[in-house]
Amino acid sequence: MKKEGQTIGEVLRQRGISRRSFLKFCATTASIMALPPTMAPVIAATLEKTKRPSVIWLSFQECTGCAESLTRSHSATIEDLIFNVISLDYQHTLQACAGHFAEHIREEVIAEHDGEFILIVDGSIPLKDGGVYSTIAGMTNEQILKQTAAHAAAVVSVGTCAAYGGIPKADPNPTGAVSVADIIKDKPIINVPGCPPIPVVITGVLVQYLTFGLPELDDLGRPKAFYGHSIHDRCYRRPFYDKGLFAETFDDEGAKKGWCLYKLGCKGPTTFNACATTKWNDGTSFPIESGHPCLGCSEPDFWDAGSFYKSLSTPTGNIAEKAIYAAGAGLLAGAAIGAVHRTKKQAAVRQHRRATIDDLGEGS
Amino acid sequence: MTDVELLLWVRGPAFDIATVILCAGMVIRFMEIFMLGRKANLAEARGSEMAGGLGTVFRRTLVDTGTFKRTPFTVVAGWLFHIGLFVIIFLFVPHILVFEGATGLSWPGLPSNIVDAFAVITIVTLLAILIHRWRDPVLRLLSEFNDYLVWLVTFTPVLTGWLAFHRVGAAPAALIAVHILSVELLMVLFPFTKLSHAFTLWVARWYNGAIAGYKGVKS
Repeated sequence: MKKEGQTIGEVLRQRGISRRSFLKFCATTASIMALPPTMAPVIAATLEKTKRPSVIWLSFQECTGCAESLTRSHSATIEDLIFNVISLDYQHTLQACAGHFAEHIREEVIAEHDGEFILIVDGSIPLKDGGVYSTIAGMTNEQILKQTAAHAAAVVSVGTCAAYGGIPKADPNPTGAVSVADIIKDKPIINVPGCPPIPVVITGVLVQYLTFGLPELDDLGRPKAFYGHSIHDRCYRRPFYDKGLFAETFDDEGAKKGWCLYKLGCKGPTTFNACATTKWNDGTSFPIESGHPCLGCSEPDFWDAGSFYKSLSTPTGNIAEKAIYAAGAGLLAGAAIGAVHRTKKQAAVRQHRRATIDDLGEGS
Repeated sequence: MTDVELLLWVRGPAFDIATVILCAGMVIRFMEIFMLGRKANLAEARGSEMAGGLGTVFRRTLVDTGTFKRTPFTVVAGWLFHIGLFVIIFLFVPHILVFEGATGLSWPGLPSNIVDAFAVITIVTLLAILIHRWRDPVLRLLSEFNDYLVWLVTFTPVLTGWLAFHRVGAAPAALIAVHILSVELLMVLFPFTKLSHAFTLWVARWYNGAIAGYKGVKS
């Protein structure tokens, strides 16, 4: 299956992919990265000349949703084929039946492409109790990650679990799950968060890496080209937010008219992702378009950020109850302070002694 | 502590603490005022206490011509930032949601762009007021630490809220957390500083008006 030394262009031609389709893909990728259309031929030229990079894909504590997102989203598109033409040498979910043979391939890739291959990771890494909660071929996830990442050119953390710990890390985090960046400190790491990430963003990040090298990242390690804008800023329902028109429930008149979902807990204002622009399922729609608030799945700790259906700006506790108890306590405290003052005042009145003419004479 | 953890803390325990201090503190302040007590006025009433009190509550809201002629800046800037604060606090939809969560009461909000404009006006006005306080020799002499503290805890929530709305300077969750935290600081200091005038001024106005009303004169 491996085609050593072949460029992506050569492989595409062998597979009968037309130049028109390839250029269309490059143009789409350029537009997703907010690059001018003139950059599409540059991407095409660079990709054509680029040797197929060897890729090791490690899956740790995850639900395989990220791999599903990529492989099952809209098959038979040029994106899948581009993904095929990277040399995906190891993916142990897909190679599970190969057993130890698969592990030998991983070791082989590490030896043959030392410092050159791309390491893709999905899933978080459990550290509690020596990492026993997730092991592959007798090794803990931490051991495999450290061993493989030490020889990789770069690490791509696909999905929120790999990027930030995700759902396995959610309170109470029973396995002591951490992200890739919590363990690997000496390699460039590109985070592609999302639960799951958008397929075209995963391929886009790989294309960006192959074309322009390491992308510019935000402070959470995400490529700015894909995560540079909040969902809120690019949301087609934004004009309703600005006008103050909100759906109050999931089936009221506002919801039917497509008004803003902020009051229903939408996390769009605090979530950075490309959902509102690239959309899902071959550009069909994204969650907000389907009438559901954004959950903020590409942000760290999204699972623990309070209710999905409560706005981020509102208190989480029962404020009315606390206010009533506090007012009651204030009344009691006020009455007690008043009583103390009254007692002091009465005592002062009792102790008051009128000055007489004799008093005045004593000191003179 | 991550941004989200900080945000959860300020929305949860910190907001609870601030609410308790605000409510208990204001009740104690009111009791302090009411329990001061007044000696019974033995003079015959020449007018209505209630009418005089309510009339003054309303009349003191209007601009006094004499004051306006003497210090037009104070009057205009004062009105501007008070109206700005009212619009920001009570007519911005995310804030209405907070009141709705606490009291169950809700009302329509203004378009966010209009609230944004009011926020900018409020920020500029508050800055102008601070500069005026520094530049006016009398005001400067009269100003003490508490005056600057009150200005700061009023200004900070407006500024941090505006930054959070535009998502400028930090991660959105952190910006919202800092904004809510600044509001909580305001809530905590509210009963113990001049900020409490927002509640006590109604009592003070009524009391002044009621004294005058009892005497049958205009306050």
